[in-house]
Amino acid sequence: MGLFEAILLSIVTSATPLLIAALGELVTERSGVLNLGVEGMMIMGAVSGFAFGIMTGNPYLGMLGAIVTGALFSLVFAFMTITLVTNQVATGLALTILGLGVSGLWGEAFVGIPGVRMQPIEIPLLSQIPFIGKLLFAQDLIFYISILLLAGVSYFLFRSRAGLTLRAVGDNHVSAHALGISVAKTRYLAVMFGGACSGLAGGHLSLVYTSQWIENMTSGRGWIALALVVFASWRPTRVLIGAYLFGAMGILQLHIQAQGVKIPSQFLSALPYIATVVVLVIISRNRRLTMMNTPASLGKGFVPDR
Amino acid sequence: MLREFPVSIQLEKRNVPSVLFSAVSPLIALALTLLAGAVLFTLMGHNPLEALYFYFVEPLTETWSLHELVVKATPLVLIATGLAICFRSNNWNIGAEGQFIVGAIAGAAFPVLLPGFESFAVLPLMMICGMLGGMAWAFIPAFLKNRFGANEILTSLMLVYVAELLLDWMVRGPWRNPEGYNFPETRSFSGWQVLPEMLTSGRAHYGALFAILGVLLMWFMLAKTMKGFEISVIGQAPRAGRFAGFNPKATTLFVFLVSGAFAGLAGIAEVSGAIGQLRPSISPGYGFTAIIVAFLGRLNPPGIFAAGLVLALSYLGGEAVQVSLQMSDKVASVFQGMLLIFVLGCDTLIHHRVRISRTGTDAASVGEVKNGTV
Amino acid sequence: MTSDKTAATSSVSQMDSVMLGVKGLTKRFGEVVANDDVDLNIMPGEIHALLGENGAGKSTLVKMLYGSLQPTAGEIIWKGKPVRIASPYEARQLGIGIVFQHFSLFDALSVADNIALSLAGDENIKSIAEKALEFSGRYGLPLNPRSMVGDLSVGERQRVEIVRCLLQNPELVILDEPTSVLTPQEAERLFETLEILKGEGRSVLFISHRLEEVRRLCDKATILRNAKVVGECLPREETAASIARMMVGSEISHVRKQTSDKPESQPLLELNDVNLQAATPFSVTLKDINLTVGAGEIVGIAGVAGNGQSELFEAVSGERLQGHAGAIRMRGMDVGRKGINWRRKHGAAFIPEERLGHGAISEFHLSENMLLARHQSDKVAFQWGHGLGIIWQDLVRKATDRVCEMMDVRKPGRNPVAASLSGGNLQKFLVGRELDRQPSVLVINQPSWGVDAGAASRIRQAIIDLARSGSAVLVISQDLDEIFELSDRIAVMYDGRLSSPLSAAEVGREEVGLLMAGIGISEDRHAA
Repeated sequence: MGLFEAILLSIVTSATPLLIAALGELVTERSGVLNLGVEGMMIMGAVSGFAFGIMTGNPYLGMLGAIVTGALFSLVFAFMTITLVTNQVATGLALTILGLGVSGLWGEAFVGIPGVRMQPIEIPLLSQIPFIGKLLFAQDLIFYISILLLAGVSYFLFRSRAGLTLRAVGDNHVSAHALGISVAKTRYLAVMFGGACSGLAGGHLSLVYTSQWIENMTSGRGWIALALVVFASWRPTRVLIGAYLFGAMGILQLHIQAQGVKIPSQFLSALPYIATVVVLVIISRNRRLTMMNTPASLGKGFVPDR
Repeated sequence: MLREFPVSIQLEKRNVPSVLFSAVSPLIALALTLLAGAVLFTLMGHNPLEALYFYFVEPLTETWSLHELVVKATPLVLIATGLAICFRSNNWNIGAEGQFIVGAIAGAAFPVLLPGFESFAVLPLMMICGMLGGMAWAFIPAFLKNRFGANEILTSLMLVYVAELLLDWMVRGPWRNPEGYNFPETRSFSGWQVLPEMLTSGRAHYGALFAILGVLLMWFMLAKTMKGFEISVIGQAPRAGRFAGFNPKATTLFVFLVSGAFAGLAGIAEVSGAIGQLRPSISPGYGFTAIIVAFLGRLNPPGIFAAGLVLALSYLGGEAVQVSLQMSDKVASVFQGMLLIFVLGCDTLIHHRVRISRTGTDAASVGEVKNGTV
Repeated sequence: MTSDKTAATSSVSQMDSVMLGVKGLTKRFGEVVANDDVDLNIMPGEIHALLGENGAGKSTLVKMLYGSLQPTAGEIIWKGKPVRIASPYEARQLGIGIVFQHFSLFDALSVADNIALSLAGDENIKSIAEKALEFSGRYGLPLNPRSMVGDLSVGERQRVEIVRCLLQNPELVILDEPTSVLTPQEAERLFETLEILKGEGRSVLFISHRLEEVRRLCDKATILRNAKVVGECLPREETAASIARMMVGSEISHVRKQTSDKPESQPLLELNDVNLQAATPFSVTLKDINLTVGAGEIVGIAGVAGNGQSELFEAVSGERLQGHAGAIRMRGMDVGRKGINWRRKHGAAFIPEERLGHGAISEFHLSENMLLARHQSDKVAFQWGHGLGIIWQDLVRKATDRVCEMMDVRKPGRNPVAASLSGGNLQKFLVGRELDRQPSVLVINQPSWGVDAGAASRIRQAIIDLARSGSAVLVISQDLDEIFELSDRIAVMYDGRLSSPLSAAEVGREEVGLLMAGIGISEDRHAA
């Protein structure tokens, strides 16, 4: 395997959690809920994936644990913002703070011990295709799920009736309520889907990316996923592009560091964060585009009028 | 299906915010946090009452730890006071941690670069530079929001990571103490470079005075002046703000700069008063915890003062149970997260009546069965 | 219950054929009773009017009929059977359709998507679009299923609502204030559609406060006042005045208006080629607007909602500035580049359409809302401290009391939050807040929108009195009755353009209606 191939492979690995978490958040935001707790749900997914993995010795059960934990954790957010109509920004921050704390507490026993790792699954025939076979058809299960998710979310949002309902709730919750669509139910499900995705993305970190538990191992990926949703102007296919761009940037800076280039490593490590800011600026400059695409009731709580 | 859930909670907007719940909601939140904490301790195999005692009471029984309480409350109160006006005006500066760090770096430039410069003038210069550093860092998200409409939540947060890496590079690279045996830290501050202690009995330094002054200043501005009025108007109803002739962009810039200055001052005060040098890590997340302080204090400076003490206690308690019960100090962030969740939840009671009803399944029951109205 | 001949004499057979019956329907919200023991019977093929003032309980009743609210007591009888309508979905299943006053549409979705959302089942969008086209032809409601709702005019939006409602094949159609957003001609077309529905044996519940059209269109009327049914009548046999008396419960004092007799008065407000780029994808661009309002004159600007009225308000008030200073002149001064507070300080006053969120802040006390509009114009009185801007709370409160007394604002307590006032009382406060300064130029958008009749007549009188004392007044309103009641001259807004003003005494409703539909507002009028 050449260096180039190795780089491409590692880009796929680092882009996958971003893609999954951003797709989940995209669905949540399309329903009109801004969940800033992605980082917290992701770290909960990472710790629970690790825990269930070593408990059962099975990485797939670990993955399942990560998904369920992410969804359950997001339920806290859903109850707060949908039922109690709390401020979504503040509640999302609270979820992140809580997630970082709980995961640290839970994961304390796991520091330094090896976990289980998900092995690649080679798809017969397809994986024999030169070059792209190894890259795309000899990957771990979560990579395949990420691609299926992309297709599924695109189909759901723009081709299914349920997706239409979800977009309607995100566009105008007052109208949706007047038509008898349950705003709360739609949003609960959307938030929990986002939670499950964030959990899965976190599980990827502790089951595929590395097979160990490191405190705060998400290191801002949840926030980058949030930025990706804005970058993609709420369109699933553009999330794919963004996730892989960011994945590539993360990997390239590591390789540049490894080549011993005379740039302080901290500067290179800061690149993804600076890039996020730059990308946000470039996207936001086109206000018309952002305004046309932002779900109109994003971030606004809904109390049915009497 | 959620529809079949046996109990449903419905909110009804109050025309007038409840005075009662404005006052007691933080207290309810504190009580709920204690209750949840007791459950947590029990789950972890500790006697809940004993653990709560170690966590919340013991740190208050000794002089040195009361000093520590003040040391920790100082940055929290300072940062949160600045954040309060941001949040009031609907500007979500969540990058105070970064502004704190850059403030510390900027203020530390004097003792690090001019170690021989030891006159009484150095201390005020350090503080001013700290404030300027924090303002500069806060200026970035404010400018990007005003000029390009970039989301300030994400930009200010990303800059936290950048600031952390910047500090890391400084103390390992150009600013490392040449006589420090390769440890990643700057030289220790001395003489006029150190923010002195207020009392001889412990570590509490004059930063606490800044915090008190900051609270008073901000209280006056919010309660008595047009600037405070303007900030609330823009936060509550941007359109009414334009009708009043206020400039929302100027307000965004103002609140970011003020909160950056407060965070930067907290940073340099922490480094100069409590730590005495720059290290790779100078904050246990004060910038984020201050968000909780701001909300627990209901975005009101006097409330923030009290809330800062509570959250400082949560840090001390975390350290205390680490020693006495061999628990992880992560307990502190769990407590902090829960507290913010409960605070936000309880604030719902101020603006809404909560109605818990049993969802009737038979068609005969017309209307909802009211079990209680809060 | 009052004298109710129809109900008293109705025979058993008649009761059987009732489409929708409501018996003793009551709805309480905490202490407030929104509907008190309401009875209502709608026959098949009947156009039934539901009349009442703002706040009389009409929308609560409608929401219960449509399943979005559940009654506290009483019953709803649908074709002879008592029913419990638990949700809008169930209402549609029964055959009850509704066209909302504030449309329940989704801007970011297509017309076909909007229609699909209220249909059960999984019919694909394409066949829904085809059906919608067919219905729009049958009922004379042209629309394009593929256009985005956000790009449609108000009249087109209403058509989408009606087609969506009809696709569910309802037997009872509820229309909530349908004509308040239409031009007179559009309203005519709507009435034709309603006659077709009636001919098909469907019933219509028609909610309106426009008594003339109720008299023409409706077979029967039920009148609500203070949550109770106060009477039923056959509108064709009543006069508008007699129905109004039942609605209000007392005689409404007529607005005294003397026409301005100074045709060549001094111009106080001049708009010279005012242009304003749309701020959002869904707002309107103002194009070359010219208008002069003289001292002592009231100019009314009519138009269907969403044709640039709020943008015009933003431009004249200075919430958004003009490219060059001369575009707007007040009292002979170029103010196009001056902000709203500069204009206020030089004698202008502004009252926007939206009370909460624009003219006032719901959670702010009245004194704070006083300060909101007057902190600069009354800077000397309300502030001290050399630029520190310290507020004299006491003086602000005194001014607030003065305004409340002048306009007879009914409120709970001395200085309550704005949200605790009724719409009418809050509007009286907002009008008083500006009149208290004796402005020489007043711009007011929708003076009596959602305001009870008593408050409306008081507000209109105050506007007229101000003009007669020598001020220039610009009234923007979608209510043609109001426009005609107040104005000396009338201009019409359509798609961001303004027609040349016409003398109110000489112009008829039909002519204004045509202008409201964009007929006769030429694009190059200015060049000619």
